[in-house]
Amino acid sequence: MTDSIIFAGFGGQGLLFAGKLIAYGGMIEGKEVSWIPSYGPEMRGGTANCSVRISDMPVSSPVVSNPDYLIVMNSPSYTKFINSVRPGGKVFIDSSMIDEKCSRTDIDCFYIPATELAHDNGVDGMANIVLCGKLLRETGVIKTESVENALNKIIPESRKALIESNLKAIQIGMDI
Amino acid sequence: MSVVFRKPDSMADVNTHYCPGCTHGIVHRLICEIIDEMGIEGDTIGICPVGCSVMAYDYFNCDMIEAPHGRAPAVATGVKRSLPDKFVFTYQGDGDLAAIGTAETIHAAARGENITIIFINNTTYGMTGGQMAPTTLPGQVTQTTPYGRDVEKAGYPVKMCEILSQVDGTALAQRVSVDSPKEVQNAKKAIRKAFQIQRDRKGFSIVEVLSTCPTNWGMSPVESLERLRQECIPYFPLGVYKDITAKENSND
Amino acid sequence: MTAERVLMKGNEALAEAAIRAGCKCYFGYPITPQTEIAAFMAKNMPKRGGTFLQAESEIAAINMVLGAASAGVRAMTSSSSPGISLKSEGISYIAASDLPCVIINVQRGGPGLGGIQPAQADYWQAVKSGGHGDFHILVFAPNSVQEMADMVVKAFEKADQYRIPAMILSDGMLGQMMEPVVFPEISDKMPEKPWATNGHGNKRKHNIINTLFLQPDELEASVSARSKKYETIVENEQDAEFYLTDDADIVVTAYGAVSRICREAVDEARKNGIKAGLLRPKVLWPFPVKDYQKIVPTAKSILCAELSTGQMIDDVKLAVNCSVPVEFYGRTGGNLPSADEIIKKLAEINDSLS
Repeated sequence: MTDSIIFAGFGGQGLLFAGKLIAYGGMIEGKEVSWIPSYGPEMRGGTANCSVRISDMPVSSPVVSNPDYLIVMNSPSYTKFINSVRPGGKVFIDSSMIDEKCSRTDIDCFYIPATELAHDNGVDGMANIVLCGKLLRETGVIKTESVENALNKIIPESRKALIESNLKAIQIGMDI
Repeated sequence: MSVVFRKPDSMADVNTHYCPGCTHGIVHRLICEIIDEMGIEGDTIGICPVGCSVMAYDYFNCDMIEAPHGRAPAVATGVKRSLPDKFVFTYQGDGDLAAIGTAETIHAAARGENITIIFINNTTYGMTGGQMAPTTLPGQVTQTTPYGRDVEKAGYPVKMCEILSQVDGTALAQRVSVDSPKEVQNAKKAIRKAFQIQRDRKGFSIVEVLSTCPTNWGMSPVESLERLRQECIPYFPLGVYKDITAKENSND
Repeated sequence: MTAERVLMKGNEALAEAAIRAGCKCYFGYPITPQTEIAAFMAKNMPKRGGTFLQAESEIAAINMVLGAASAGVRAMTSSSSPGISLKSEGISYIAASDLPCVIINVQRGGPGLGGIQPAQADYWQAVKSGGHGDFHILVFAPNSVQEMADMVVKAFEKADQYRIPAMILSDGMLGQMMEPVVFPEISDKMPEKPWATNGHGNKRKHNIINTLFLQPDELEASVSARSKKYETIVENEQDAEFYLTDDADIVVTAYGAVSRICREAVDEARKNGIKAGLLRPKVLWPFPVKDYQKIVPTAKSILCAELSTGQMIDDVKLAVNCSVPVEFYGRTGGNLPSADEIIKKLAEINDSLS
């Protein structure tokens, strides 16, 4: 059993971090995981994306062409990736940033105004994590407690306050 | 009977391959005298890149490395960063230091790398048979400037001490000559000062030694020394271009 | 207690493992996609008793490695394809000086400035022409973040054992991707280096590191002695991984990033009734000829997959003595083949066999 996820949007929206968080959580559960970013000048202000695999078996290729799940936070990335999602897949769309509506009937699309929700709830800039919360809720790709454990590992001691706001953002996503 | 003159201990007891009248031997000897006087043969690593002195590893009794052309300051950096308590010197010619190795030289100085460079400037590529060097004088005939160095086409000589004196990491940049016993003594003082700066961990030191190449200049040794005085020194004036210890020394 | 799994980028895992392996000096120059190695070293070397220095050029960096290796310490540099070309002069001198060191090439697309995405176009450069003259370097080919860490440790050990430069031939995918990695416990006991130019301390004759031999007989003796050493390495250091090759009609062969995609393709092909297997060289020089010989009796076809227009395939053909047909599939420019592309090629070959 392998789950593959693409996280895509603008550089600065925290998509690489979101992917790392989910991959880290998978690793904590004892699963095999991989994370690979797009890299290069395109990252600076342009689109940024990363591919994550979470598997019971060793991961063959970290490169994901047809994801099971897609978290997407800007229009160019939506256009780029929407048709690559596997039939039966799930897509988590930040509807604060993306106006398009998907016409595919073989996938489930969730329209979440994540950027607005984050802003309204005092966790500005954590729309990426809000979407992760929804991903956890709808897919169970990893357990919520694994994300908590991952946050404790990834976020350095000096910035512990961030853990709480991340957890809050996760909860917002879960509650939608 | 007392011994008044002998070969320094750190100088190998072998014949060198240098041409008759070449001043490399004098400079080798000065370095070895200083190594002996400072008692540092066992703590010294010398680096000689490509050029007439490439085989100097056989002439010094300290540990020696032969380096790629122009790269001696980088190799010296690697040695010194690994062994900061040892003495590290490079012995480089003008083509090596001022043409192919300009970047390595200037950046070692910029880092204030605590090494000593002995720079032999004889205004020609000696080893390959006398081609134009970065320090070849305007009008000087070489194999690759057969009509004399035309600065319109071949550019101007590079004055390394002047350039390196502008670099913040340089502790000492001094130009000396070995054309007379008096200048040989001055050269020795400069090289000793450079080694002392390294001992005191004060940074990058370079001593440029104006030298002769009778074979490639097509002159007798005596004529060569005369040319050095008449033509080279006026273009490359002797002197201290930078010495961060000068102030403290003047207070002595 | 089992060591903790941590999620790290390949470049960072390699750098961490290098420090654990006793790397005392790192010299580098920024170039994508390997810069994380330099950044990691800059952050960690000063805290752990090592030296990080950003050189003025790749040329200077490799010569600083030459100096540090001469001084007897474990030294490393890293770069990506165009930068390795600049280092090739120094690599030749280090090989000729019989000095141990580790060189990392996180390959990107070429020639020229090329691109910054993964490629395997420097195979020939690594295994055949690392610089001028008659020499070889050890070339390791990791295919995971774990192997980025494990192989750099092995590279330091083997480099010291044989007094030879060792290269990790990686690529942008392995450098940039994150995977769980467990760092091995490493002995801090370093081998003696009586040949080092570290100051004789008046206790021994002076050591000389030299590559110049103007007398033909002396140079020939030096080259021959090194050639003897290479024979020992060829005998002892070949290494490859076999996956489902025992009954395979078609053996896919690939190293590094592509080998992972090929493994997925082999699994899928098996589901479709194609008897495929994978032979993955873990060391590229010495090329694992002995391992390729093992598949000769059973394989009906070999498919060599590379991120190039075909470089390793020459060695594959030589390794099987052209007794098995060798097909090729390659992508360039920084493109990775999908598993589907490999499966399609496997299906074509399978059809031609029946």
